[in-house]
Amino acid sequence: MLGASLLAIALLTAVAVSLAVGARATEPASVWLALIDPTALADPVDGLVVRELRVPRTVIGLLVGAALGSAGVVMQGITRNPVADPGLLGVTAGSSFAVVLGISVLGVTAPVGLAGFALLGALLTALGVGAIARAAGAGSTPALLVVAGFAVTAGLGTLTTLVLLGDPESLDRYRFWTVGSLTGRGLDAALALAPLVVAGALVALSLARALDALALGDDVARGLGFRLGPTRTASLVAIVLLAGTATALAGPLVFVGLIGAHAARAAVGGRHALLLPVAAVAGAGVVLAADVVGRLVAPPGELEVGIVIAALGAPLLIALARSRRAVAA
Amino acid sequence: MSAAVAPPATPAPVGAAEALGARGAVAAIIAAARTRDRMRAVAVAGILVAVIGALSIAALALGAVALAPGEVVGALLESAEGGARFIVLQLRLPRLLLALLVGAALGLSGALLQAVVRNPLASPDVVGVTGGASAAAVLAIAAGATGAAVSGAALLGAAIAVAVVLLASGRGVAGARFIVVGIAVAFLAQGVLGYALSRASMQDAASAYYWLVGSVGSPSTSDLGVLGAVVAVGISFAVLARCPLGAQQLGDDTARSLGAHPVGIRVAAAAVSTVLAAAAVSVAGPLAFVAFVAGPIARRLRGAGPAALTAALVGAVLVLASDLVAQHLMPGALQPPAGLVTGAIGAPLLLWLLIRRSRLEAIA
Repeated sequence: MLGASLLAIALLTAVAVSLAVGARATEPASVWLALIDPTALADPVDGLVVRELRVPRTVIGLLVGAALGSAGVVMQGITRNPVADPGLLGVTAGSSFAVVLGISVLGVTAPVGLAGFALLGALLTALGVGAIARAAGAGSTPALLVVAGFAVTAGLGTLTTLVLLGDPESLDRYRFWTVGSLTGRGLDAALALAPLVVAGALVALSLARALDALALGDDVARGLGFRLGPTRTASLVAIVLLAGTATALAGPLVFVGLIGAHAARAAVGGRHALLLPVAAVAGAGVVLAADVVGRLVAPPGELEVGIVIAALGAPLLIALARSRRAVAA
Repeated sequence: MSAAVAPPATPAPVGAAEALGARGAVAAIIAAARTRDRMRAVAVAGILVAVIGALSIAALALGAVALAPGEVVGALLESAEGGARFIVLQLRLPRLLLALLVGAALGLSGALLQAVVRNPLASPDVVGVTGGASAAAVLAIAAGATGAAVSGAALLGAAIAVAVVLLASGRGVAGARFIVVGIAVAFLAQGVLGYALSRASMQDAASAYYWLVGSVGSPSTSDLGVLGAVVAVGISFAVLARCPLGAQQLGDDTARSLGAHPVGIRVAAAAVSTVLAAAAVSVAGPLAFVAFVAGPIARRLRGAGPAALTAALVGAVLVLASDLVAQHLMPGALQPPAGLVTGAIGAPLLLWLLIRRSRLEAIA
């Protein structure tokens, strides 16, 4: 439990720093005042910055990170693949392509409508990648799924670019979002979509015991009385809800699920009932920490969170590929 | 004693003759196989060149002003009147040459890397080399660079990517590790690219997005010259290193026992492949999956071996055909860049090859 407590402390620190740090220097005391009683502030701009800018992106970061972290655990569990991640396997790319299509072709702007597109895109891509894994049969190695996910991501990326090319206005608005950013949506969108994340997390938690059994192999799981078909369907629902909503909020993030799941596995081991909430904590911590780093490294501008996470996640994937245990050569 | 030894001695010449005969038969079989292989090489090259010729005539003839094939040939042979000659030589020929050179460079680049890593997935676009090149090039564009500086940045980015992949995957380059490490680098390059795009001005970003899909629509004479020289170097390398590249297909140990230097040839081929990919990317953008699909198609046509030169021809056919489709067969006012067509064909083909390969491995 030590690891889990450390992750929780790290998350709380990340939340505090995310509220306190940014382009505008703010005293910790005035940040606290801005949160509890903005009328008592000496400088009302402090209150505006904290409440209108930093609180929304912190809330979005928490939601997105928790969603992708638990989606990563579900994906790794159901595919028994240590390098599964909603971004690496192309699910967030499918989601973001659907969102861009919705905005650019159908003119949808309401957050709930966009979330609908994001979920649909995630569902279709997850089904597609699952079909590829099934078609590959017994030879479906972790590396194969990653390559398939890369092909899906690259193909959809080209299509996304094509849609944006015909529509310069969306291009300007969404070139930040397609990188992965916590500032593209407001607090209202985050609150409107939060129930979807909660629903996804509950579905994932209900699968904890089935995923434990699946870790021992399909036959053992079947022998223990778990039915594989419904388990797979429910994980698909959980992954689509979690990854789709996260993409609707923050764009297609890669590696969050990978980092979150591996941090949680290192902290609490392989029991999914513990793994899922701890991975949510770890994922949220990683996204917030990456966002804070992005705010600080390139003043006066900032780096989008997706860029910082790619810089963290790529070395982790390389390390996993180098350990033979994880990705059998 | 001698009498006892002698009898076995008499059949010996017969045995030797039999062995000689058998050796002769083997030699004959090998010679026949070599002749067949050579015939096949000639036939495949002939067919591909014929296809390129036909597509080229189509590329020169089609457009806002449609010309008859006869007029095109006339314009090329300096016997046509001014208008057609101008259209063919000044407007359409540069674009055609760029498509052929870019395709050849990408095809050769992919086949070389796939050959030395012995993995059909190890193409520059899957393992992040073209990604590194485009990220560095867009960074340079966002920083205000033009011309040779952008090409230099692309080369540097590609070199860094390939060095990271080769070093991080360690000794066992043949397995899945090389590919997964490469994909990590590709995603990292995508992050850097995103950074560069978000820093660029709106105008630069729009043109960078267009360039990122990959287009052969804006050739310049200097581009053509540089790319032509790079392709010539790549082809010479593929011809000169034909034997070691072939030996490499049998595995590092066998290659070593045949007198090849597996590590040396791998580094050399990776370097040539990187320069080819970077040159093509800096001129035309990362046309998705051309480098990846040219190699497998070429190996199927040729039957075996690295088939690097065939891959160059296949790459040229692919880019030229994609550009023709993008220019003339796509509906709507927006003329999409050729890379859209190669991406739309290449991604499903990559998935199909993946599935097929893993099924074969599961059976084996």
